[in-house]
Amino acid sequence: MNRSPYITDAPTVSAIMLKVLLALVPGIIAYTWIYGGGILVSLTIATTTALAAEALLLKIRKRPIKPYLMDMSAVVTAWLLALALPPLAPWWLVVVGTFFAIVIAKQLYGGLGYNPFNPAMVGYAVLLISFPLIMTKWPAPLLLAEHPLSFMDQLNFIFSHVLPNDIKVDAITSATPLDYLKTQLMLKHEVASITEAPIFGQFGAKGGEIVTGAYLLGGLYLIQQRIISWHLPTAFLAALAAISFTFYAINPAHYANPLFHLMSGASMLCAFFIITDPVSGPTTPRGKLYFAAGVGVLTYLIRVYGGYPDGVAFAVLLMNMCVPLIDALTQPRVFGHKK
Amino acid sequence: MNAIINFASNLIRGVSSNKDVFKFNGGVHPQDHKAESTTLPIAQLAMPEKLTLPLRQHVGYIPKVLVQVGDSVLKGQMLAEPEGTVSAAIHAPTSGTITAISEQVIPHPSGLPDMCITLTPDGKDTWMQLQPTDWRNTDKKALVDSLRSSGIVGLGGATFPTHIKLRTNGKSNVHTLVINAAECEPYITCDDMLMRERSDQVIKGIEIVQHLLGAEKCIIGIEDNKPLAASAMTTACANKAMQVKVVPTLYPSGDARRLIHLLLDIEIPNDKRSTDVGIQVFNIATVLAVYRYFEFGEPAINRIVTMTGNVVKPQNFEVLFGTPLQSLIAAAGGAKADTTHYIMGGPMMGFDLPNEQVPITKAANCIIAAAPDLFVAPPPAMPCIRCARCADACPVNLQPQELYWFSKSDNFEKARDYNLFDCIECGCCTYVCPSDIPLVQYYRYAKSEIIALDKAKEAADLARERNDFRLARIEREKSERVQKHAERAQAGKAEAKPAETSAMEATKEQHSAKQETATNVETATSAPTDKQAAIAAAIARAKAQKLATANAAESPTDNVAATEIAKTPEVEAAELKAKQDKQALIAAAIERAKAQKLAAAQAGLAPKNVENVSAAVQAEINETDALREKVKLATENKKSE
Repeated sequence: MNRSPYITDAPTVSAIMLKVLLALVPGIIAYTWIYGGGILVSLTIATTTALAAEALLLKIRKRPIKPYLMDMSAVVTAWLLALALPPLAPWWLVVVGTFFAIVIAKQLYGGLGYNPFNPAMVGYAVLLISFPLIMTKWPAPLLLAEHPLSFMDQLNFIFSHVLPNDIKVDAITSATPLDYLKTQLMLKHEVASITEAPIFGQFGAKGGEIVTGAYLLGGLYLIQQRIISWHLPTAFLAALAAISFTFYAINPAHYANPLFHLMSGASMLCAFFIITDPVSGPTTPRGKLYFAAGVGVLTYLIRVYGGYPDGVAFAVLLMNMCVPLIDALTQPRVFGHKK
Repeated sequence: MNAIINFASNLIRGVSSNKDVFKFNGGVHPQDHKAESTTLPIAQLAMPEKLTLPLRQHVGYIPKVLVQVGDSVLKGQMLAEPEGTVSAAIHAPTSGTITAISEQVIPHPSGLPDMCITLTPDGKDTWMQLQPTDWRNTDKKALVDSLRSSGIVGLGGATFPTHIKLRTNGKSNVHTLVINAAECEPYITCDDMLMRERSDQVIKGIEIVQHLLGAEKCIIGIEDNKPLAASAMTTACANKAMQVKVVPTLYPSGDARRLIHLLLDIEIPNDKRSTDVGIQVFNIATVLAVYRYFEFGEPAINRIVTMTGNVVKPQNFEVLFGTPLQSLIAAAGGAKADTTHYIMGGPMMGFDLPNEQVPITKAANCIIAAAPDLFVAPPPAMPCIRCARCADACPVNLQPQELYWFSKSDNFEKARDYNLFDCIECGCCTYVCPSDIPLVQYYRYAKSEIIALDKAKEAADLARERNDFRLARIEREKSERVQKHAERAQAGKAEAKPAETSAMEATKEQHSAKQETATNVETATSAPTDKQAAIAAAIARAKAQKLATANAAESPTDNVAATEIAKTPEVEAAELKAKQDKQALIAAAIERAKAQKLAAAQAGLAPKNVENVSAAVQAEINETDALREKVKLATENKKSE
């Protein structure tokens, strides 16, 4: 029998997923520091929901449960979704989003390896369309908050939607800088004056940009570990920078500078953790460049012209649809074939 | 675009490009496990009690056996001679008696038995009269011709008969000889030890091959994990028209096309051979065999084999072909207790041996005793997550994840489109797969399926061609017969029959014959291809080869004609009478049928004569009735609308 090769040397799927989770840790730490411990609650809810949903569906689909739960891919989806949601999102929002991501976007398509769309982004898009109000209201970072909430306050808020001392929900939340910028631009304000608002930081959102920076750090670790290839983040960030620079160069009064776009919203999370999902992304090196650049351009266009504050989720899903085509058209030249 | 990507890739990976070697895509770095078997020098194996020589030890035709059971043979005597161009001889590795010519289990992935010559040594090891050749002063063609009976084949594992690679037909355009001494597979050290110990002979062998090919340049490619071999070779080839190039250790740099690229920055086009661009590749052990053949007249009777893995004393041995594996195991101190089985070749491309009795053959460069802790059984495969690590590792720059998908779903056309047949089955993709998918197995399966399908398609095409031809013939015969009948009927009309009846009969008959023809035409056109075109093509294609068939097709017609010529007037008269009677009967039958039809039309559409029909016919009638009802209903509905 010819069953060679007899030797292998590869990290397992779960080892890869664990490294992705590890790379998210700096971002989570920064997140906790900026927005409080509520995110840890969200992460726990999401993880539990994801594993339960995965186990349930595997059982229904009569698949072995243990190896597929141990692959940790459900946990990665859960964490990415939880991190994409607004801090202090109510518990049921996290549950609904995660459940949808795992059950509809992943398991019903065939489970690990078969989902054409990024599960976390499907979950996010569903929530954004279904509950736009909650999804666009972000609490101010702790350092800006008039009434900084303690961890217990946050916990209470997540589960019962009640704030201490009769504080109104509106008092602690506001639009994100991306959202704020868009609405203010519609009121004929100029970028320079808009970004003087306290919610703006050095580059992007005050506080939020630190979390973004931490994602970048984790992403670089993933590249160094060769878990992800450099093609995707580089092309995404380059495309986003290029298109925002073009618009900015044409009319700086109406369009924010490239750095703002790179450091705002989910840019870095998208660059290193979302578009790098191998299952729903392209596989060829050139295809990765096109795919990521497409996500970058679409993200910008949706941010600037679309109806939603951030364009990452829809940009990713739209480009996911193009993946088979991209792969087919970007096949690398095989050794010995004509150049 | 690709250049930019490659450049950026290299920058990020921090790969410093060595200007002397030219990297190919991918490759892997398995632990080489070569040190174990290089501590001891090459040893001679004691004479075994029995040698089993498979006739099929090379790529190509099975050689023709020249000896019979009971024959005494001398060492080096030819036992089987090459038959056809691509074939290799088998020689007696020692003197002794032929004790069997029978099917034995051979070292082959299939594990199936094959024809073997069994030789029982007499212990004297008496050489036959050997004839060294003064190769410098002999015609090249004569040298290559004599090499045909040397039994030498590529000893790197490909076992392609060597004389074919040296045939130049007087106009060799090979300018560069590449000596493959990369030995990139883990565990294997036979070439390493050979270079360390016999570099002078190797160099002489290279000179001969270079001379035969007329190659002015020679590059010896050695991986940098064999520094002793490389330095021995460098010393030995000083002042010669050859150069040792050390290439980085990277599996599979020993693959011929990859090695040529590494050494010369030339990609052999996928549809060409290396000789088309003036490069010929020889394994280093093969070159040594060529040297020994010309210098001493020794044919291929032994080789160096690495016996390693889970044995007490891993070592390289000079082994006579046909030696049972167990002798080799014993010489290496025996296998350790937890040995499960034996692998022939390296761990990346080797295969399981069926048992310990199989003989060492020309392809056996390495035998590895396998144990569970040496080769850990992979866990059950997980789904492909499209991480494309396999694509990064593929030295041919294929997309293994796509090939896997297509092979798994039996989408063979797609697999072929994605260049499945460029896959060299090196195993790099499986080696790096996080989901532990046995990718190479899928490719082997898909390749064999495609080859089988191609063969089946070829056979089907041929059958269709034949069928088209047959239909054309039948049709032609029919029309000829119809014409004859018509003529006959015309003649009959002039004689006995009333004019109108006869004319009617003739028309009827012609009509029925036409219907028959029409049925045939229908059958023919129901063939997948356009009938007329197919027939034309079939006839054109088959003209040369199928002259015999065509003749056969003609002959029945000829026979009919001959019979007709031979008919006597009496017979003819009788026949005419019979025919007239028959025609009368037919006329009556037609009248009857007409009357029935009329009756049927009057009585609705009730079928007649249905009392004594078989079940099948009854079913058919029922079906027709049902159809009629349906049509009737439909027509009525239409009308009512």
